[in-house]
Amino acid sequence: MIQVRELTKFYGKKAVVENVSVNIHPGKITSFIGPNGAGKSTLLSMVSRLLDADTGEVLVDKKDVKKMKSNDFSKRVSILKQSNFMNVRLTIRELVSFGRYPYSRGRLNAEDIRIIDQALDYMDLMGMQDSYLEELSGGQRQRAFIAMVIAQDTDYILLDEPLNNLDMKHSVQIMKILRRLVDDLGKTVIIVLHDINFASVYSDRIVALKDGRVVKDGPTDDIINSDSLKEIYDMDIPIKQLSNCRICVYFNS
Amino acid sequence: MRNSTKMIILGAFAVLFCSLYLFQGLNGSFDYALPRRGIKVLAMVLTGVAIAYSTVIFQTITHNRILTPSIMGFDSLYLLLQTVGIFFLGSSHVTIVNKHVNFILSVSAMIVFALLLYQFLFKSGKRPIYFLLLVGIIVGTFFGSISTFLQVLIDPNEFLRVQDKMFASFNNVSGDLVWWALAIIVISMIIGWRSINDLDVLSLGRDTAINLGVSYDKVVKKTLIISSVLIAVSTALVGPITFFGLIVANLSYQFFKTYKHSVLIIGASLMSVFALVGGQWVVERVFTFSTTLSVIINFVGGIYFIYLLLKESRST
Repeated sequence: MIQVRELTKFYGKKAVVENVSVNIHPGKITSFIGPNGAGKSTLLSMVSRLLDADTGEVLVDKKDVKKMKSNDFSKRVSILKQSNFMNVRLTIRELVSFGRYPYSRGRLNAEDIRIIDQALDYMDLMGMQDSYLEELSGGQRQRAFIAMVIAQDTDYILLDEPLNNLDMKHSVQIMKILRRLVDDLGKTVIIVLHDINFASVYSDRIVALKDGRVVKDGPTDDIINSDSLKEIYDMDIPIKQLSNCRICVYFNS
Repeated sequence: MRNSTKMIILGAFAVLFCSLYLFQGLNGSFDYALPRRGIKVLAMVLTGVAIAYSTVIFQTITHNRILTPSIMGFDSLYLLLQTVGIFFLGSSHVTIVNKHVNFILSVSAMIVFALLLYQFLFKSGKRPIYFLLLVGIIVGTFFGSISTFLQVLIDPNEFLRVQDKMFASFNNVSGDLVWWALAIIVISMIIGWRSINDLDVLSLGRDTAINLGVSYDKVVKKTLIISSVLIAVSTALVGPITFFGLIVANLSYQFFKTYKHSVLIIGASLMSVFALVGGQWVVERVFTFSTTLSVIINFVGGIYFIYLLLKESRST
């Protein structure tokens, strides 16, 4: 379990995340939703130690993140950010091999290679493993990065808007993969999402942020209703039930 | 062609030019000419390796392939020190004439300067590395302006002495200094080599590197200090060679097409040995000293730099 306790982050004088306490339940997909500037990405960055919190603490399996060794942490928690600009030319396989770095420190053994093959296979990238990243489409690139995170083999996987710039087909593909990671491999996934319908259909729990504070935190069914959404987004959003999916019709509200 | 084959070819060329430089036209003068040539070759190998190594690692931590560590103001600090020394103490003072004193003073001043700069910047919270570069450029320009100011006022004869220091030269490297430089360079490279794989991860960007368990800040600090020490030593040994690291680092990226720093650094080092020793051989035996190596380096380097700028602007 990841426990976030009274986390606060200031940019200048403005608190972008203020006194946030959340428990992330293991073996579930938890979505962070909320309007722009609510502090979702900042919160995720602090949980994954990409950003230092001003006050508060993050506990992973009851251990303080700040007291963990960087390398040990990277065997438990992985994070994938929105933009992955790189200065080097890498093939898919080379990128995925980097996922083993916390274990191998650059020297791959047979076990590492087996896991890399598995990750490539899982993301259906085996056939194109020697293609260079810059030759790939957005969806393929995103899949390659997720394969790297899978090879990293952490219990917790954090993703910051992984659906950005992806079309419907690839978005659904990525979300299904994440669902499988949770259901088949027992991973815990935390994901920042903009489209509340993806959150509604695929996540087990939802944490809603607004102005740096948690306004809602609970199982998906408790959050996806017109009253809660009104509180989060200040919009009247009708909910329609369509074959087991609760769809928020926000387009003309 | 496989990378190991390429490496062997490069190595062969480097060895070929070293032996050519050492033994061509020796006429059996093993006692007199050979040791002197040996010291020169050693100086060139040291400088070449130090510059190649420091430029490659510096470019990795700054995520930029058209920067060299000299952007932090090392060259201009070196020139300022020399100019100030000659201006206030005169060109016959011990700090200028005695090469050992001059070497120690220059190296320690440059390293202290770098440490102060990093200390100051890293202490005041997390700053992006570009902030550091900007401060480096400003401080470098400041040093350069003071040097120019003093050079305008200085006695013309003394100015010639300053001018000597402005261009790198392998022609009068002192014997003992080379051994001192060798010790410092080898030690810092051994320390640096231990985190060579971390640099591979660093080239994926800060976030990915931290995700993969690399202590980003620690590695960046360590790398900055190592590259500063290497640049300080090589500058104090032969003088400033601005473009040289840029050329060999980029040629190495193009030639080896890999992300592995172990390959890139060894490749760039072999290229610099090949270029420096080969270039010096051409200057001495073909042009018979009618030009200096650093003039050729700056000329070729300048052209290559413009090519790189054009290429980068097209790719983005």
